[in-house]
Amino acid sequence: MSSQSTVRLAPPVLWAVILPAIVWLLSACSSVSPLTELRGSGDLGVVIERADGRVKIIETTGRSVLATVDGLGDLSHASVVFSRDARYAFVFGRDGGLTKVDLLQARIVGRVLQAGNSIGGSISHDGRIVVAQNYAPGGVKAFDATTLELLAEVPAITADGRRSKVVGLADLSGRRFIYSLFEAGEIWITDFSDPRNPQTQRFAGGKQPYDALVTPDGRHYIAGLFGEDGLAMLDLWNLDRGSRKILAGYGKGEAPLPVYKMPHLRGWSVAGGRAYLPAIGRHEVLVVDTNTWQEVGRIAVKSQPVFAMARPDGREIWVNFAFPENGWVQVIDTVSGQVTHTLQPGRGILHMEFLSKGHEVWMSARDDNKVVIFDTATKQPVSGFDSASPSGIFFTTRAARTGF
Amino acid sequence: MECVMKVPPLLAHVAVFVGAALVAAFASASEAKPAAPDDQRARELIHIVRQDCGSCHGLTLAGGLGPALTPDALADKPFEGLVATVVSGRPGTPMPPFLGIVSESEAAWIVDQLMRGFPPDGGLPLSR
Repeated sequence: MSSQSTVRLAPPVLWAVILPAIVWLLSACSSVSPLTELRGSGDLGVVIERADGRVKIIETTGRSVLATVDGLGDLSHASVVFSRDARYAFVFGRDGGLTKVDLLQARIVGRVLQAGNSIGGSISHDGRIVVAQNYAPGGVKAFDATTLELLAEVPAITADGRRSKVVGLADLSGRRFIYSLFEAGEIWITDFSDPRNPQTQRFAGGKQPYDALVTPDGRHYIAGLFGEDGLAMLDLWNLDRGSRKILAGYGKGEAPLPVYKMPHLRGWSVAGGRAYLPAIGRHEVLVVDTNTWQEVGRIAVKSQPVFAMARPDGREIWVNFAFPENGWVQVIDTVSGQVTHTLQPGRGILHMEFLSKGHEVWMSARDDNKVVIFDTATKQPVSGFDSASPSGIFFTTRAARTGF
Repeated sequence: MECVMKVPPLLAHVAVFVGAALVAAFASASEAKPAAPDDQRARELIHIVRQDCGSCHGLTLAGGLGPALTPDALADKPFEGLVATVVSGRPGTPMPPFLGIVSESEAAWIVDQLMRGFPPDGGLPLSR
């Protein structure tokens, strides 16, 4: 049989050129951006560039910036929570914007303008509900974490008809969230088990709560008070007892020093059976025993503390300060109870974030337009990168923690 | 003999009137436009207001834990009262006194700028 082929094949020499070209073109298609490569999300994070409505997506293994995502609105005082799989960041902006960012694809996958003035948010333990805490209109709003559809709204209106700003929101077990009312001084727990029909319990708190924390085990809620000397504490395992004051009268009647920035409270303050809490109007970190809730010490620091954060192993507390002393950071050794290091990492240190095992801390130096990275063992800078007016730094390891 | 020159009563009245008018004009002029700080200091003050006052009042000054500081929000507030708030704070609220961080005349300039619509932040100069 003489089977004459009608298809003309290119000569073998030409194939030698065409085939590699095809292979190269295909491989180019699949490497549009480094983020589309298969990768985990456990070492990712978000840096807020607050003045530009932008976030940088970073990875902490190589200490590099992977991508920048624009269009998030007014990010002054922005905060971030993560989905349980640590793929999505929910960014709460000051202007009431709630933006869902896909960290792996580096793009916005959902955005709602949910209030006029917002201060942060939280995510339920099952990851299905995201709750925003708002100053105006004062209250909380719950959203479907997948679609950002509004599920319910709880206005922070007390019996006297007054509406309060909401501060100190934190996640509790069972789709419950706890928060404080600045004007009314109450602590509320709202249960979103039936998301469209939330149930709220109300407790007395204290005068002018400015922020609050839930302890890492989820048992205690502590609200810092601006309007009185002390903090309000609610034992979530014994709610029928209501809240009590701890560290009452820590100022001992002395005239408070001016507070140019309100401290921030989170569960990172708790280490080794003690809580390290910024005093208000005093240049001190207060130390309280978390079994007895009695004061066991106070540590003099450089200025009004803003963040007092335990390194994740609990051995050190890193403290930054309010304007105008916000270029300083001090390190407290928890064994000796002494300040052991006084650092100047940059101008306008707004935020510190530890890697999950504590070997590095990333700090935003707002007025130097930099993120600086310190080795926590040597207290020396090891790396950093440029960032426009950076404020919050949030690592995806927060996804696994109560109160973050 | 006393050698005190006697000023004609009419002239005295005119002088007092003119003087008072001048003082009033000067005072109102300075109230309308407080002395501006030099460029470097103005840049620092703008940065402080946007960033550090902004931590309570918002970067856009549209409000936060503290009230909005936009021209609309301040329109019906007395100028002197606002300057006093910056200088001395407001007892019973988180607003602290800023005297020592800004001078009284700088506080007046800041309030004036707020009432006109506050300039954007150009950042801090590089020098420490």
